[in-house]
Amino acid sequence: MSSPSRSGCRRRRELLAAVLLAAALSACQREDRRFRTWPPAASAIPAVRQSELQPGPTTRDLTVRNEYGDNAWAVSEGKRLYNQFNCSGCHFQGGGGIGPPLMDSQWIYGSQPENIFATIVEGRPNGMPSFRGKLGNDQVWKLVAYVRSMSGLLAKDVASGRNDDMQVRSQEQSTEKARPVQSAVPPASQRP
Amino acid sequence: MSAVLQAVLQFPGAHSALKPAGPQARIAEGLWNSMYATAIVVFLLVMAALLWAAFRRRRAEEPAPDPARERRMRRVVAAAVGITTIVLFTFLVSDISAGRAVTATPGKDAIQIIVTGHQWWWEVQYRDSVPQRWVTTANEIHVPVGRQVAVELRSTDVIHSFWPPNLTGKRDLIPGNENSLWFQADSAGVYRAECAEYCGHEHAKMALLVVAQSPDSFARWLTQQRDTAHTPADSLTSRGQEVFLSSACAMCHSIAGTPAGSRVGPDLTHLAGRATIAAGTLPNTRGNLAGWIVDPQRIKPGARMPPNQLDPADLRALLAYLETLR
Ligand code: HEC
Ligand code: HEC
Ligand SMILES: [Cu+2]
Repeated sequence: MSSPSRSGCRRRRELLAAVLLAAALSACQREDRRFRTWPPAASAIPAVRQSELQPGPTTRDLTVRNEYGDNAWAVSEGKRLYNQFNCSGCHFQGGGGIGPPLMDSQWIYGSQPENIFATIVEGRPNGMPSFRGKLGNDQVWKLVAYVRSMSGLLAKDVASGRNDDMQVRSQEQSTEKARPVQSAVPPASQRP
Repeated sequence: MSAVLQAVLQFPGAHSALKPAGPQARIAEGLWNSMYATAIVVFLLVMAALLWAAFRRRRAEEPAPDPARERRMRRVVAAAVGITTIVLFTFLVSDISAGRAVTATPGKDAIQIIVTGHQWWWEVQYRDSVPQRWVTTANEIHVPVGRQVAVELRSTDVIHSFWPPNLTGKRDLIPGNENSLWFQADSAGVYRAECAEYCGHEHAKMALLVVAQSPDSFARWLTQQRDTAHTPADSLTSRGQEVFLSSACAMCHSIAGTPAGSRVGPDLTHLAGRATIAAGTLPNTRGNLAGWIVDPQRIKPGARMPPNQLDPADLRALLAYLETLR
């Protein structure tokens, strides 16, 4: 028979092994790569509301989950697509230009994944083009995940920690979380 | 096109350093042959000495060392060490001089080609003093026989390596850096090149054809590649063009002469003139093209082209249009 302190030690070791295994398994999920997604064409999510206001009693919406919000590989793919599809041409690397900054706390059309999805697929009236039919749903979701990582809305172990080319801003990984704030849509006449 | 494909199939030596088709590959092959022959001789000698030592008759009792015999044996060992050193130094010198000969600067009249590595395909560009005459294609290099070809190697993502074993050795494509190499094909034929530096998921499906042809037919090919795509002539192909331009394709591909101008994926202006699709993965046939467009992830999982959901009639029109892109 082993002494009680010895078995306690063993139990602690087993617990440690279990914790390490769980950590390792969650790391697998973080890198999960899915190459084939159906349907391939981007379509709007019917459940998304474009306005907070509702007639009659307020109903709870079912929330849309971005499957890619906790997937480091998908976020890095989103970062690649952000440059390839020329989002950077208008929003630059998040600091904003023709389009509003995406690395700050201000959101005109909402910071939730479904809002950003709608922004990309539907476009927005003051100059954001609609990518409907031009991007696949999974590509849009990857872009959504990356856009959210720009203002620190994703976990740090998921956000990108490096650039493929020259460093133009601090890494998404070291971006502090910016608490989203609703920003007013300026009238078109006042926009630069 | 089918002639090229037949050549690929009929030419089993299209990817072999032992079937040199250019001066540099011949130097490398000469180096290899001399090392191989020397190694055979050395192997046989060592084996003979080993067998002699193992099977020589021994007396039950070794006699006391004979100083004359000891001296003889020392001389044999010293001679063996000396010969080994000479052989290794000869190898070193011939290796370095072969390396210098292979990497010598190409002549002034060499053709200039820019090859850019992408995950997982090759972009090929022939420049000209007049930008309108630049030719961009993918996964296939055409060169005239008997003329030096200087290749500038670039990469947009990770390190790749360009390796046409029948023509010359390997050279890496490094992002943010310009590398170069040159080669020359001495006989007409189709040679296969491959990425020789692991570059991610589909590294194994990243090949390239080098088509060496007579100077006349090369000049004809280049002139024809400078053309923009023809305007569709009938209703089916013009529907196909509409499908191409209105769907996701135009986000990634260019077809000169149409508004599609993205360079995320291979240039498709002269797609139908190429022997293979998806970097040497499949022969360029209508069936393969259809399979690729609908579900590239089945053929090349991880490739940076998403699946496409197309109405069957639209797909037929799109294929008909793509087949006109000669
Ligand atoms: C032609 C320029 C242009 C391009 C290209 C572009 N955007 Fe925009 N984007 C804009 C403008 C302008 C707005 C502001 C629209 C408005 O206020 O109505 C905007 C708004 C947005 C918003 C909403 C910001 C908020 O505060 O709610 C997001 C998110 C966004 N863009 C992401 C993207 C992504 C991702 C891409 C690439 C797929 C992209 N944009 C490409 C110009 C562009
Ligand atoms: C998101 C970008 C993207 C979209 C959208 C896209 N492609 Fe591609 N396409 C690529 C890439 C990248 C490759 C190279 C794949 C490889 O070989 O690894 C490719 C390869 C091809 C090839 C083979 C070319 C060759 O010479 O090897 C054809 C043909 C093709 N695409 C047609 C289409 C058509 C038709 C559509 C629209 C239905 C389309 N693509 C949509 C990115 C895209
Ligand atoms: Cu490779």
